Amino acid sequence: MADIHAEEPTRRDFLYVASGSFVAVGAAFAVWPLIDQMNPDASVLALASIEVDISSVPVGQEITVKWRGKPVFIRHRSEEEIAAAEAVDVSTLRDPQTDDARLVDNPEGKLAKDWLVVIGICTHLGCVPLAYKGEYDGYFCPCHGSVYDTSGRIRKGPAPLNLEVPPYKFVSDTKVQIG
Amino acid sequence: MSGESTYNPGNGFTRWLDARLPVMRLVHDSFVDYPTPKNLNYWWTFGGILSLCLGIQIITGIILAMHYVPSTDLAFASVEHIMRDVNFGWLIRYTHANGASMFFIAVYIHMFRGLYYGSYKAPREVLWILGVLIYLLMMATAFFGYVLPWGQMSFWGATVITNLFGAIPVVGESVRTWLWGGFSVGDPTLNRFFSLHYLFPFLIAGVVVLHVWALHVTGQNNPSGVEVKDPKKDTVPFTPYATIKDGFGMSVFLILFAYFVFFNPNGLGEPDNYILANPLKTPPHIVPEWYLLPFYAILRAVPDKLGGVLAMFGAIAVLFVLPWLDTSKVRSARFRPLYRQFFWIHVVVCIVLGWCGAQSPDKILIHVGEGGFDVTDLSRILAIYYFLHFLVIFPVLGLKEKTKALPDSIADSVLGKSAAKA
Repeated sequence: MADIHAEEPTRRDFLYVASGSFVAVGAAFAVWPLIDQMNPDASVLALASIEVDISSVPVGQEITVKWRGKPVFIRHRSEEEIAAAEAVDVSTLRDPQTDDARLVDNPEGKLAKDWLVVIGICTHLGCVPLAYKGEYDGYFCPCHGSVYDTSGRIRKGPAPLNLEVPPYKFVSDTKVQIG
Repeated sequence: MSGESTYNPGNGFTRWLDARLPVMRLVHDSFVDYPTPKNLNYWWTFGGILSLCLGIQIITGIILAMHYVPSTDLAFASVEHIMRDVNFGWLIRYTHANGASMFFIAVYIHMFRGLYYGSYKAPREVLWILGVLIYLLMMATAFFGYVLPWGQMSFWGATVITNLFGAIPVVGESVRTWLWGGFSVGDPTLNRFFSLHYLFPFLIAGVVVLHVWALHVTGQNNPSGVEVKDPKKDTVPFTPYATIKDGFGMSVFLILFAYFVFFNPNGLGEPDNYILANPLKTPPHIVPEWYLLPFYAILRAVPDKLGGVLAMFGAIAVLFVLPWLDTSKVRSARFRPLYRQFFWIHVVVCIVLGWCGAQSPDKILIHVGEGGFDVTDLSRILAIYYFLHFLVIFPVLGLKEKTKALPDSIADSVLGKSAAKA
């Protein structure tokens, strides 16, 4: 190429920079599909909601259902468990949240205090906690020793957050829709 | 160190080829007439042993991929199919599974060799950094591979490790979802891990080429840590001296390898991985493979989620800057009496950290009243020491230590004329 040294940028310089930028933008657009394919696909998203019959769960017991590949605990709480969860001074918690804020209304529009629905994944590193274990008779994670209470709130151990409450609602007295 | 080429094409064809693609010349200059320090001991055979390990893993891995099915419904069964039905499938799988452990035994010896003899110091910083990069890629490859049999440890190991990335602020959640391809570890995860497990060994092979290239630019370090002065007196040609010595080292190493493959094939594994993965039930005691245990202990030693993850990655990241943390002018620990002691303390600390990683974190070691000194407490002390070793002891020791007199040359050190003068 000829040796051109102009003081001012030339039209040619502009064209070089413009075409270079255009290529960069085009490359970025081309990369996006390569990354986006790693996100959850349509078939995974299609399984995002389930309905569960809870009529067979007696007071003081819980069932585990699978939702989005994760365990969800549906716990039929006893009076004592509810009382224990409500008696806690919220300001002393690591992840402050009242028991009520972790529940939803039943079909009559009243807070369903006897049903606790949480994702059974420890917020530390993702193990499945054991129910009715640990100091507060809520949950205990065997991996690194996190302890949760009867509202699924973190009380001791390395986990930073309460057990997550999935989006759910009562579709009837005996059916819960998760997701 | 790479001087003039001594390659002499012997016939018409090699002369013709040499003028077009001097690949024979490259091989000759790199592996035949390449000058190696004459005082190399058996710790220097682990480079060759590692190449052998990589070769074994790639060959057995490609064969296993012909029989394995990366699907959550079929993966576990296909591994049992390999074990029971495929001709010699048991041999190939046990070689591959134990080969990973052998690879790590060799790489740890190779790295500690480098630490003892100061092989990471100028002018070999890039060589060392490429080595740490290979080590990182090895850990990633081993992790992806461990997930593939889709047993309980595969699944929960994958869950815990991918959740580590979730602890990273801002981008962590997205990275974790991209690894999963869903809302938890599942079919998409297994498929992409299989793809990456196939890819990564070739990335390792690529970095190994750079590693060997860098090695051949600076030349090998040696037990005396003194640079080659007179190639005639200080070195011997790679072939036959180093080739045969490496070959002997490989043969002895293969005896250990064969012991595990034939007599104790599951000795280094976890029995829980022969239980099909169950996303609803975590095994009571999750442990990674032995070669990751020290880092797992460091992770658990920190009572904060993000802090633990940072400490764990930091324990490896600190190796990248090692060449600049060491202030000593002397390479080899032979002439560094204090460093030699700290080196062995560090080796013991790493091993005990590994032991801690395999224990239950609340296991009490010394009883005091109701509680006591448990594994987590011990891990904390050792993890702090691990970082002190690199961040404080290395820089301070180099300035304070009174080193022994170095030999004038490699030839002198071999002939025992070392500390007399200077």
